[in-house]
Amino acid sequence: MSGVRLLVGTRKGAFVLTADAQRGRWKVDGPHFAGWEIYHLKGSPVDPQRIYASQSTSWFGQLIQRSDDGGKSWTPVGNHFDYEGVPGTHQWYDGTPHPWEFARVWHLEPSLSDPDTVYAGVEDAALFKSTDGGGQWTELAGLRGHGTGPSWQPGAGGMCLHTIVIDPSNEQRMWVAISAAGVFRTDDGGASWTPANKGLHSAQIPDPDAEVGHCVHRIALHPSRPDVLFMQKHWDVMRSDDGADSWREISGNLPTDFGFPIDVHAHDPETVYVVPIKSDSEHFPLDGRLRVYRSRTGGGEWEPLTKGLPQRNCYVNVLRDSMAVDSLDPCGLYFGTTGGQVYASADEGDSWTAVVKNLPPVLSVEAQTLA
Amino acid sequence: MIRVVLPAHLRTLAQVQGEVHLDLDGLVTTAAVLDALEDRYPELRGTIRDQTTMRRRPFVRFFACEEDLSHDPPEHPLPDRVQNGEEPFIVLGAMAGG
Repeated sequence: MSGVRLLVGTRKGAFVLTADAQRGRWKVDGPHFAGWEIYHLKGSPVDPQRIYASQSTSWFGQLIQRSDDGGKSWTPVGNHFDYEGVPGTHQWYDGTPHPWEFARVWHLEPSLSDPDTVYAGVEDAALFKSTDGGGQWTELAGLRGHGTGPSWQPGAGGMCLHTIVIDPSNEQRMWVAISAAGVFRTDDGGASWTPANKGLHSAQIPDPDAEVGHCVHRIALHPSRPDVLFMQKHWDVMRSDDGADSWREISGNLPTDFGFPIDVHAHDPETVYVVPIKSDSEHFPLDGRLRVYRSRTGGGEWEPLTKGLPQRNCYVNVLRDSMAVDSLDPCGLYFGTTGGQVYASADEGDSWTAVVKNLPPVLSVEAQTLA
Repeated sequence: MIRVVLPAHLRTLAQVQGEVHLDLDGLVTTAAVLDALEDRYPELRGTIRDQTTMRRRPFVRFFACEEDLSHDPPEHPLPDRVQNGEEPFIVLGAMAGG
């Protein structure tokens, strides 16, 4: 019987939420790793029972956990993230050189073809790869070493590599996003990288059109059209039709174009979702109304989705990794909030239900569609 | 026999209850205790000290015999009462909010 499994990372543990294909009744399992920050969990597309989790605290550092039974049991695997060679420096908040120091894993991206291969995006920004199920981690150092690395500066949340997107038609091509450096693309499996930020305009940096320095919050694509990417930037919602060679703004009629997550409908590559947030200094929904916005035109024209979402006195945030889609028909959407709610829609966003209401602040949500 | 007390999160991670008991050959130091601890419980690597620099993590403390040994050199011999098992070597998470 088909169904959906949600992998929810929170400030104080991980939760696994499951439902059948109707997506009306949910079973909540957790907390796993109670008391630890779970920045992200993600399952292998080729073996959904294989799930990787990033577990950390300020006290005891970083762990990576792996499940081979769909999140029922977990085993700690490798947690040694050593930068390749002499790490060098990036810019600190005050503009002075600051040594690269590992802090945590923000995002885990399993390979699309091999359940033992998984990428880790870390703070301070770098990309690591494991080919043995998370046992050993090797930095893909061409990213930090391509030339602009020493000029990268952290965003308010740290200098993190938070987004990893693999081209489903060619796994040698990947995009990553770093706050606050921008998007970088590899066409050779991670050996070499180039900045991919043409068309971005950020008033918060000295040269608004600079090659790097943009605070990209999230990028997403539809598997059927890997040259089309969507981006939620610090401010501005953007689109590329050429594999991130260039970007153009598609904020259109959004009430505010600040936000964190962005995702694409599973069956319609022109349907895109964002959650507008008031501003960079007021991280909550405009007017206290939690609204998902949907564009059915690939951006530009957006409609608010409010049914079932709080429309007064709502001051939560929705973080960059906290939105996901399933691939059932109709497409299901999910997002988690810093107030501990996970909302689900089984009808493409037309209506929403709170699956859970009182979890710790939600850091990430991933959806697995189970056969 | 060296007695080691771990904080709750690390006991859960290592799947141990109560004290950990270690038998060490040679000089009993903080480094030697941590080496033996990580040999027996590899999942603790990186949680008490950094795996590259081997420095104590900032929010981890080492206490024994009502003394804070956190800032002692790792190769410094531990007190006699820890070495003969009268007192435990305590690893704990510092009070730091959250």
